[in-house]
Amino acid sequence: MTTTLHIGFLPLIDAAPLIVAAEMGFDRAEGIALDLRRAHSWSALRDMVSFGQVTAAQMLSAMPVATALGLGGAGAPLAAVAVLSTNGEVIGVSKAIAARMREAGHAFALNDPDAAGRALIAAARGPLRIAVPFPFSMHAELLYYWLTALGLPAPASVDIRTVPPPLMAAGLAAGELDAICVGEPWGSVAVETGAGALLLPGSAIWAGAPEKVLGVRADLADANPEPLRAAIRALWHAGQWLSDRQSRTTACELLAGSQYLDVPAEIIDRALSGHLTISGRGKSRHVPKFVDFSRYAPHAAHAAWIGERLAARLGLDRTAARTAAIATYRSDQNRDVLQAIPGYRERETAPDRFFDGQELGLATSD
Amino acid sequence: MHRLLKITIVESDPARAALIEESLSRAGQYELNIVSDMARLTEAIVAHNPDIVLIDLDNPSRDALEALTLASAPLERPVALFVDQSDANLTRIAIEAGVSAYVVDGLRSERLKPIIDAAVTRFNMFRQMRVELAATKRALEERKVIDRAKGLLMKAKGIGEADAYALLRRTAMDQGRKVIDIAEALVTTAGLLS
Repeated sequence: MTTTLHIGFLPLIDAAPLIVAAEMGFDRAEGIALDLRRAHSWSALRDMVSFGQVTAAQMLSAMPVATALGLGGAGAPLAAVAVLSTNGEVIGVSKAIAARMREAGHAFALNDPDAAGRALIAAARGPLRIAVPFPFSMHAELLYYWLTALGLPAPASVDIRTVPPPLMAAGLAAGELDAICVGEPWGSVAVETGAGALLLPGSAIWAGAPEKVLGVRADLADANPEPLRAAIRALWHAGQWLSDRQSRTTACELLAGSQYLDVPAEIIDRALSGHLTISGRGKSRHVPKFVDFSRYAPHAAHAAWIGERLAARLGLDRTAARTAAIATYRSDQNRDVLQAIPGYRERETAPDRFFDGQELGLATSD
Repeated sequence: MHRLLKITIVESDPARAALIEESLSRAGQYELNIVSDMARLTEAIVAHNPDIVLIDLDNPSRDALEALTLASAPLERPVALFVDQSDANLTRIAIEAGVSAYVVDGLRSERLKPIIDAAVTRFNMFRQMRVELAATKRALEERKVIDRAKGLLMKAKGIGEADAYALLRRTAMDQGRKVIDIAEALVTTAGLLS
C-alpha cells in the first residue's frame, strides 16, 4: 500500500523538485505518492506544517531557523531535511532607478555585484526601499549582506520591507519601491509588465546560498519514518533530473501547468536556462547556475550563518541563536538516506565565499 | 467592563468582507474596520491598531502581516502572535477553515472564541461556494469540449448531432472511459492532424 504525503508549495520556479517528483513519478518509484497543495504565503505553509494539514512543505531556508528563534509561528518547531534549491533569487530595480543607473554609466552586466551595488546606492534618493517576500529569508539576508559590505549603513539607509511577490511589480510601477529581491518568475514578471529591470542574481552575492528547503515538524524529522526518507530520496532524484539540460523543455512545460505556476513556459525557461531578459527592451544576459537543484544536503554552517545574522540584527543572543539554528538543519539524517541510494556520490563543493571575498566561517565571526 | 475589541478584516472582495462583518456583529459587539487595499495593508494596520486581524489563509498579504509581528526590533507593537498560543485546537480549526487570525498576545480565549467561531462559519461557507463554482466551471468546460468533438464527428462522418453524441457515448462505454475523455482525445488528435 502506497503512503500519500501531503506537501505544501508556493507557485515558484524553485518548487520544481516537488512538481517534477510528483509529475515524473519519482515519488512512486520510492513507494510513496506526493499530493501537492498550493499555498499563497510562506506563513500559511509554515502553519500548515505546524498544525498538520501537510506533512512537509517547501520553505524559505531561513524559516525553520526563524521559528526556532521564536520569530513567528506559534506551532511546532520545524526542521529542514533537505535543500530543494540553491540561489535563484533576483534583484530588480524600478524603471526610474534603472534610468538613473544607466545615465551614470552602469551596464547591467549582472555579474558585478560591487559595481551594481554602488550604482544602486548612488541612484537612490533617500533610503532605498526594497521589497522581499518574507522578513526572514535568504532574500533579506543577501540584501543586508551586500549593501552593508558596500558601506550602506543598515537600517538607517535601507528600508527592507515585506511585499507579497504578486504585488511587487505594481509597487515598482507606482514608485513605492526602488528595488525588489525575489524568486523567479516574479522578477521576470516585473520585466514583462514594464515595471522594472533586472540588476543582479542572488548567486552573484553568494553563489551557494541555500534558498528553499523541505521543512517538516521537528518531531517528524526526529522519528524519521520511512515515508519521509522515501520523499528525501525521490526529491533528490528530481533534483538530479532537473540538473540535466535535456530535461529543461519538459520541466518548463510541467511547471507552467495551471495547477502549478500558471505562467507561460517561456518565462520559466529564463530561470531554468539562466538566460534572463533584463529589461523591457528585450536585452538579455546569461547567468550560469542561476538556480541549482543539485546541492541537496543541508549544511550546519549555513544554518549557523542564518541564525547569527538574524540574531545580530534583532538583538538576540548570538551563541544561543547559532546552536538553535544548527539543530534545525538535519545534515546527518539527509546524508544517511542519500548514501543508501545506489549510485549516489557526495558532491564536492567549493568553500562558500561571498562577493567581497569573505568565507562563510570567517564572515560569521566578526 | 471591557472596552470593545478592535477587529480588522483584511479582504479585498467587498461582498465577502460585508458578510464577515455581518456574522461578527451577530456574535458580539466589536469595533470593526475593513482593509481592502493590499498595498496599504501595513499602514492601515498601524493606523487602526487592532486587537485582532482576520485574514484569509490564501491571501498572499499574510506574509506582510508577519513582518509587522516581529521583524522590527525593538518591537513596535506588542501584537500579533498567530491566534492564541494557549489554544492549539482553536488555531487548528481556524486553519482548516482557511482563516488566519492575528491576535494581541494575552487576549483570553473566551473573548476570542466567538470571533473565531463566527469567522470559521463564514469561511467554511465561502469555501463551499468556491468548490461549487469550480464544479460549475468545469462542467461548462466539458460541455464545450464535447460540443467540439460532436462537431468534428458530424463533419467527418456526415452524421447528425444526436448520432455524433451517441457514437461518443458508445465509444466511451466500450472503452470504460468517460465521454469527456473520449471527446478530449478526439479534439486533441484533430488538432494535431489539422
